[in-house]
Amino acid sequence: MKIALCIKQVPDTTDIKWTENNTIQREGVESIINPYDIYATELALSIKSEINDVHITVFTMGPLQAEGMLRKVLALGCDDAVLISDKKFAGSDTYATGLTLSRAIRTVLPDFDLIICGQFAVDGDTAQTGPNIANFLDIPQVTYVKNFEKIENNKLFLTRELEDGLEFVSVDFPALVCVLQRDIDPHRATIRGIMNASKKQIKRCSISDICLSVEKAGIKGSPTYVSKAFRNVSSHNAEKFKLRKEDSVKLLMDKLNDLGVLNDV
Amino acid sequence: MMSDKEYSGILIYAQLTREKYVHTVFFELLDKAKELSQKLGGVDVNAVIFTTTGLIEEYKESFKNKGVNKVYYFEDERLEEYSTEYYTKLVVDLVSVIKPEILLLGATNQGRDLAPRVASSLATGLTADCIDLDINEKGQLAATRPTFGGQLMATILCKTYPQMATVRPNVFKINLEDDFFDTEFISCPVNLEGMKKHVEIIEFKKTVDTIINDLDSAEVIVTGGKGLKNEKGFELLRRFASSIGAAVGATRGAVEMGLAPSAIQVGQTGKTVHPKVYIACGVSGAIQHTVGMESSEYIIAINNDENAPIFDIADCGIVGDLFEILPEFINANRKG
Repeated sequence: MKIALCIKQVPDTTDIKWTENNTIQREGVESIINPYDIYATELALSIKSEINDVHITVFTMGPLQAEGMLRKVLALGCDDAVLISDKKFAGSDTYATGLTLSRAIRTVLPDFDLIICGQFAVDGDTAQTGPNIANFLDIPQVTYVKNFEKIENNKLFLTRELEDGLEFVSVDFPALVCVLQRDIDPHRATIRGIMNASKKQIKRCSISDICLSVEKAGIKGSPTYVSKAFRNVSSHNAEKFKLRKEDSVKLLMDKLNDLGVLNDV
Repeated sequence: MMSDKEYSGILIYAQLTREKYVHTVFFELLDKAKELSQKLGGVDVNAVIFTTTGLIEEYKESFKNKGVNKVYYFEDERLEEYSTEYYTKLVVDLVSVIKPEILLLGATNQGRDLAPRVASSLATGLTADCIDLDINEKGQLAATRPTFGGQLMATILCKTYPQMATVRPNVFKINLEDDFFDTEFISCPVNLEGMKKHVEIIEFKKTVDTIINDLDSAEVIVTGGKGLKNEKGFELLRRFASSIGAAVGATRGAVEMGLAPSAIQVGQTGKTVHPKVYIACGVSGAIQHTVGMESSEYIIAINNDENAPIFDIADCGIVGDLFEILPEFINANRKG
């Protein structure tokens, strides 16, 4: 079975610093693998450990520095990696990103059986790229996947975690799945894994390698664009009290009384 | 391209819940769409709904006097349960015929599964999880959404039609003012010829109790974070909540520690809430949490770390040990 695993490098959103003009400071911000993509990787690896003859090719679209992330994922047991990188991809929205990734998969791994993505990327949090890839490749998708159950009769059985409960589904191959956070301890790279990964050649794809026209890539190929970005500022008045325990209790009591919370109980 | 009046009106996807009611997010979107329609000079506000054969009659009441111009419906046995492939195909068919300038969907699991497929099929732009929708001076849909874990707000425009957006449940409030005009119901052809359903739903297990609805409608919410430390701490929080008649929420941190089910998670990857009073206990105030509760009317925070960012957005911040304050409060309140 051939698996295409799509991962993304994102800025560490827990560590964002602001410039004086309320824009995000991009220099010196650490890049990490999108946390949901760690679970996507784990899903690919668990399929590989359960059935024979699984080959995992990792795809990422981004700047050349994303090679470091690809090596880390190779060290965990993925087989090949593809870095889709070209200045002409800059400014891609989810539509253009989905199109670019789908073209790269079709070019490098045309006989794929399964594509695995993270459900969200923590920087954009759109949850759109996976379904876009599936649509451009005209294959079914299963989103919000919590667990991989089994492969039987050429179908993949999965558990989805939805707002109101768990849904058990089967999907025909080829398919795309988007993976949520899972209750597992992620793999750690072994020394041998790291050694093997360091020897592997990472394939690079440019815009011409995947036969995408310039009009369909990057800013030009993106139907949406950001017209303005601004810092989210709170309208609450941020009063802070540091009191003795009894006074804290009294303060809480008084506030809840004033707000009418205690009246109706 | 923007003066292209080939595209006109607003179409809203009327999702049905698993229990086959029209999802409340539809009515939230409807109110907002009417506001947008005014700014566009009073264009039509229409809905699209999928039901199984013979059931559209049951939904006519849901749309009565709500100010919907037309309800386009697809009735077919194959549409009884949601299917990404079938629903995408039919929404795309409809849009290609009626050409709305704006297409809105709820950012539910279903909406977020469907919207990107529809958008990429139509080669148009989609803005996910918006917290505000407006019409700019050029008549374009200006969709504002949080990004970078909620730390940055971005207003996004779309160069193509229809301009698509999803909005989470509970972000817009419903004004239940009746609108008095007749809604036209239009049957649409279900053309699924040659299509095969590749995804089968085998079983569904409901795991979420009514607590989730409590959070949506609660006037007071008490939320616990990692500062509760363990199950005992969360139990204390529940007792505090029940002593003041509040619903219980949790941060992602508390959910990840196994203290609470993900269904009651508040924040960017959980629910958006805006109760009258929100009490955050042992919550540090990570942006991904605050983006889901910041629009609460009054926020109280209790945390022993006086530098916790939650205090920056709280109306009343109490620096102190919740393991001391909450039991004492429960006691005093009982006596009081």
